Amino acid sequence: MIIAQQKPVKDIAAMISDCKKVLLVGCAGCVTVCLAGGEKETEVLASSLRIMRKMEDNPLETVTYTATRQCDPEYVAALDNLTRDVDAIVSLACGVGVQYLAERFTDKWVVPALDTKFIGGSTVHGNWEEKCGLCGECILHRTGGICPIIRCSKSILNGPCGGSQYGKCEISKDVDCAWQLIYDRMKALGKLDKLMEFQPPKDWSKSRDGGPRKAVREDVMID
Amino acid sequence: MKTESKLQKLLDSGHFAVTAEIGPPKHASAEGIRHHAQMMKDYVDATNITDNQTAIVRLSSIAAGVHVLDCGIEPIVQMTCRDRNRIAMQSDLLGAYSLGMRNVLCLSGDHQKFGNHPTAKNVYDIDSMQLIYYLRRMRDEKLFFSGEEIKEHEPRFFIGAVANPFADPFEFRVARLEKKVEAGAQFIQTQCIFDMERFERFMEMVRERGIHERVHILAGVTPMKSWRAAKYIQNNVSGMIVPDELVERLKNAEDPKREGVEICIEQIKYIKENIKGVHGVHIMAIAWEEVVPEIVERSGLYPRPKVE
Repeated sequence: MIIAQQKPVKDIAAMISDCKKVLLVGCAGCVTVCLAGGEKETEVLASSLRIMRKMEDNPLETVTYTATRQCDPEYVAALDNLTRDVDAIVSLACGVGVQYLAERFTDKWVVPALDTKFIGGSTVHGNWEEKCGLCGECILHRTGGICPIIRCSKSILNGPCGGSQYGKCEISKDVDCAWQLIYDRMKALGKLDKLMEFQPPKDWSKSRDGGPRKAVREDVMID
Repeated sequence: MKTESKLQKLLDSGHFAVTAEIGPPKHASAEGIRHHAQMMKDYVDATNITDNQTAIVRLSSIAAGVHVLDCGIEPIVQMTCRDRNRIAMQSDLLGAYSLGMRNVLCLSGDHQKFGNHPTAKNVYDIDSMQLIYYLRRMRDEKLFFSGEEIKEHEPRFFIGAVANPFADPFEFRVARLEKKVEAGAQFIQTQCIFDMERFERFMEMVRERGIHERVHILAGVTPMKSWRAAKYIQNNVSGMIVPDELVERLKNAEDPKREGVEICIEQIKYIKENIKGVHGVHIMAIAWEEVVPEIVERSGLYPRPKVE
């Protein structure tokens, strides 16, 4: 899932400082699971903003709503009636949700309440880690199910580099060396010979380097 | 801010400048570069050396600059943001200055999709606006991009940027040009002009904002070899406008290459005589460097003024 974190409340408040009434929109997708922009976080943010503004003697009116998903025009359309009299919309979704709202409500000032961080998962409650680099062409079958694109700080395909020591990456003792993990796993699986295959440079045109990507499935299109 | 650039001296003293472009080869010999440089030597004030143009691997701009300098022309090193991060950029710029380069043109660079390594990663760590800003700061405030002090021998480049009057949104192009000037650009070379009317409208807006008084604008021109080349650009190159009349004129010409040269000369004369605020021309004779001396001479821009 997409992992996001809320921006500092004062930063969000600054984005809407000239507004009298705002709509805060949560998202019941990924950001609910990672506790950044679900129904609960939306209500808490709304009351924090109201309190801040009340203390400044400049009260703010808030309306809250949590969409099933902000990354789907169908669910975004459900907001039509709520947006009419607000001065701005604060989205608590990932960057996708913010943009879908901005696309739908062309005359509204739409601002992000979250920083979209990465895609990953959680280890224990309250701890998330990055696992996938969205490179567009998965190579996990070659690296023992450990992604060197995002988990190696240099995205090295024929690692490890000379900075790997005691299982850690040269950038920090808190970062595991992905190639140590790959090596350990391939060794345990009796597949070390696979690591001797020369991995050619990656086709980055399938990643963000090729420009904004689209996925099309004609077989599931309705019209 | 003064630099040791001869191009700057020339422009600052009010001369109408002539620059041209040399495209380095896809191999490791400088013979062609030196040949073109020697040929252009007395006809241009400086030559741009493209930086892996259209994302095709070529001999490096800075290395080619050494050859050009050696042949007696002042080089304008081009630096795109596509291939280097801020560390490599600064390192190359320090190196370029140490080798005698005094002019840098900052640009985004064509996407690698168009080149011979379409599966490459692109960098764009720094964009062209930021590059201009930080280059100026390196020189005027003696700071690395990070803000760390450059203790001695800061590179003191004459800073160039590009502007494309033919890209969209048209009105914003002038504002963005102004933003580049604010960031530190001292000279501007435009995209190849084929649609003169649009360029005139662009310059009108430039003059309205008084930008021409704060920066030296060099109008980009390109002689066309054939109507097919013109048609190709018209249909396939994003951010360029080629009017139908130009394609037709080349199509109907007995000798299209001669006609291409004639058109280019007419354009230069027109720009020089009629468009206020243009301080020079930049001739981009793509894979046709040989024709530059004739264009300069017949446009009435020869001999070139001398500056010390």
